[in-house]
Amino acid sequence: MLSFIRKRAFASLISLIGLLVMVFFLSRLTGDPASLFLPVEASAEMKAEFRALHGLDQPLLVQFGQYVGNVLTGDLGESLRKARPALDVVLEAFTWTLWLAVITMTLVTVCAIVVGSLAAFRTGGFFDRFSSMVSLIGASVPDFWLAIVAIVVFAIQLSWLPTSGTGSLAHWILPICVLFVRPFGIIVQVVRGSMITALSSAYVKTARAKGVKSGPIIFVHALRNAMLPVITVIGDQAASLLNGAVVIETIFGFPGVGKLMIDSILQRDFNVVLAAILVTAFAIFLMNLVIDLAYALLDPRIRY
Amino acid sequence: MADHLLEVRNLSVDFHTASGVVHAVRNISYYLDRGETLAILGESGSGKSVSSSAIMNLIDMPPGKISSGEILLDGQDLFKMSSEARREVNGRRIAMIFQDPLSHLNPVYTVGWQMREALKTHGIGNAKAQEEALRLFKRVALPDPERALDKYPHEFSGGQRQRVMIAMALALKPDLLIADEPTTALDVTVQAEVLNLLKELQRETGMGVLIITHDLGVVSEVADRVVVMEKGQLVESGTVREVYHNPQHAYTKKLISAAPGKGDMHEPATAGEPILSVKDARKFYGGFEALKGVSFDLKAGETVAVVGESGSGKSTLARILLRLEEADGGTAKWKGKDLFTMSPGELFKLRRDLQMVFQDPTQSLNPRMTVYQLISEAWVIHPEILPKAKWRERVAELLGQVGLSAEHMGRYPHQFSGGQRQRIAIARALALEPKLIVCDEAVSALDVSVQAQVITLLDKLRKEMGIAFIFIAHDLPLVRDFADYVMVMQKGEVVEFGTVAQVFDNPQKPYTQALLAASLDPDPDVQAANRNARLASAS
Repeated sequence: MLSFIRKRAFASLISLIGLLVMVFFLSRLTGDPASLFLPVEASAEMKAEFRALHGLDQPLLVQFGQYVGNVLTGDLGESLRKARPALDVVLEAFTWTLWLAVITMTLVTVCAIVVGSLAAFRTGGFFDRFSSMVSLIGASVPDFWLAIVAIVVFAIQLSWLPTSGTGSLAHWILPICVLFVRPFGIIVQVVRGSMITALSSAYVKTARAKGVKSGPIIFVHALRNAMLPVITVIGDQAASLLNGAVVIETIFGFPGVGKLMIDSILQRDFNVVLAAILVTAFAIFLMNLVIDLAYALLDPRIRY
Repeated sequence: MADHLLEVRNLSVDFHTASGVVHAVRNISYYLDRGETLAILGESGSGKSVSSSAIMNLIDMPPGKISSGEILLDGQDLFKMSSEARREVNGRRIAMIFQDPLSHLNPVYTVGWQMREALKTHGIGNAKAQEEALRLFKRVALPDPERALDKYPHEFSGGQRQRVMIAMALALKPDLLIADEPTTALDVTVQAEVLNLLKELQRETGMGVLIITHDLGVVSEVADRVVVMEKGQLVESGTVREVYHNPQHAYTKKLISAAPGKGDMHEPATAGEPILSVKDARKFYGGFEALKGVSFDLKAGETVAVVGESGSGKSTLARILLRLEEADGGTAKWKGKDLFTMSPGELFKLRRDLQMVFQDPTQSLNPRMTVYQLISEAWVIHPEILPKAKWRERVAELLGQVGLSAEHMGRYPHQFSGGQRQRIAIARALALEPKLIVCDEAVSALDVSVQAQVITLLDKLRKEMGIAFIFIAHDLPLVRDFADYVMVMQKGEVVEFGTVAQVFDNPQKPYTQALLAASLDPDPDVQAANRNARLASAS
């Protein structure tokens, strides 16, 4: 198990380095920060000074070398906009995103498993058809549209909930509800399919022959077997939330990492962009490791 | 009159499918008393398992429907009970074991957990359940029972898993045990042990046993009475002896005559050079030596049967000969050239000569290809064999050769029965005009009567086309009828090699003798004599 974690960590390190290289060079292609930061009437000397101050006058490779050296010592540079360490800025935003993702995915997972399992238990029944319809709609509705409609209805017309920002529990409700819809729709369908297979399996027949009640047959015998493909999809969906739900965070003015990334890209705040990518990539790597371990936990036949 | 333990009266079960109503069983009646063993004998599709599923309430309704009849357990009609009452009956009064214990045990829970669940479901406390589970594991002679409880199903061998199933079924001392093909997936010696265990347990508990099987040998070994089923109908019933010696119905007669192991044995021709000469073939999987130096020769038109139990290395041998896996030592001279070290280019040309027919035609035929595509694909890969203009004609000819007809060309594999699918697989192998066909358990999955047809076909091909066969099988009577030479393998080694007559009539090695002794004879009298001889030699 430890050697598995080491192997995975090494493989992920390589992809992290690749990611770093790509993002660093691509971000330098998007324009000159000096002309963006300084007023239009700034002189050439002022620009040169600005570049020298931030090391932007060095050749790209030298800049990259310095950057990698700094990263290895835990220094991700300063945010050009906020004059604070980039890492601090990112971690602050990431905490918001993490909470949003954790709460949403917990709700999604619990609801999707219950609904998907019950739908699979009586395939073709009313509940199955109803939940199939709901989940199909959920999986296909564009979330930005849903977000805007939700704001119009619940925040503006009914005035039940705040339109955007943070500050109270009520501020969380709309973003969570909107983010809930798509992963819920997708995961319900995966749970349903996987549970239909599990419920028609031979070991379920054995359980019925033993006289086991329906509840334990669904939620003890079949569900644990059905969870493997489901976990993969949960991980996938969680990853897209951890990346920062860019559009939703922007619409709701939610200070998460997705919104931070977009803002920093628009402002050429390279250090923050790079730090945000590193932090989310690391988080996704950790989550994948947890998923692999969950496989082994759920299925004794999987051993690393 | 006292009630029978179990009585099935005029049971009919239908399945409502998209393509119409299927009458799975029609008006069948049978009974079973305490301490008695009744066998339901039938081939696939005969509906032999349907009545037991009805007894256990395992039929999904819909699409299933009990259209008539009743099932009485001690005079009480199961169909009139509430579903909760039937759930209570399951496990407590009637228990069931299945053909494939690996898929019938939940892979993600320990067997101890599954044992305790069976007990706890019917109101036994945790501590008592643990104690009982251990007692039962000891009773079914699982090695190291304390530790076995904490293991998962995949950590046991097939025979051990079936012992776990039996222990679980007997947990609540049921009055009736239903065994659905309990030994079909097991090796012969393990089959003998499991059947023996079932009989011992029956003597101890006095339960009635309903055994569902396609194997006449199993019937003659364990059953008192037998009912024969064909196409959902019960065609014959009686004591095993009566039915075997004096079958009334044409279908029963056909089944009995199709049982292999009664024909003349082959006298292998001795002339000619070997086309394949294997010397000291070895294969390792990591540190495990799967083949420990296997040698044999094969001449054109000859059949070598490779027999042995699971783990003996017989399939590994097939795979390295066809270079589906690389050998780790030894040579295999095919017309003077070493198969094991041949370059990919040479091997490609040689693929024509060496073909393989697998056990499960459902899996080895691509379900999205028509029969024509499946067979002619060989010529797409080896275009030198046949110009495209003649493909249709040749496919029709090949289909004729394997007993199908040209009109089957446009159909897909799922439209055929198991036996027909295996014929398609054989036609596909023949398309390349091979010199050697390796059959890996090629008829094991087929019904006895279909098995006989496929064997006849293979024998015809051997005689007419001089094809040599390596015939991997675990079914000894079948080998006796078809092979020239028999190679008995155990744990990667050749234990015994000889002509069929030598090996079957005068086995030299104890392992071969044990294999032959464990093989079941369809004749109840012969089987009883074998059993007595075995018991006598054991004591």
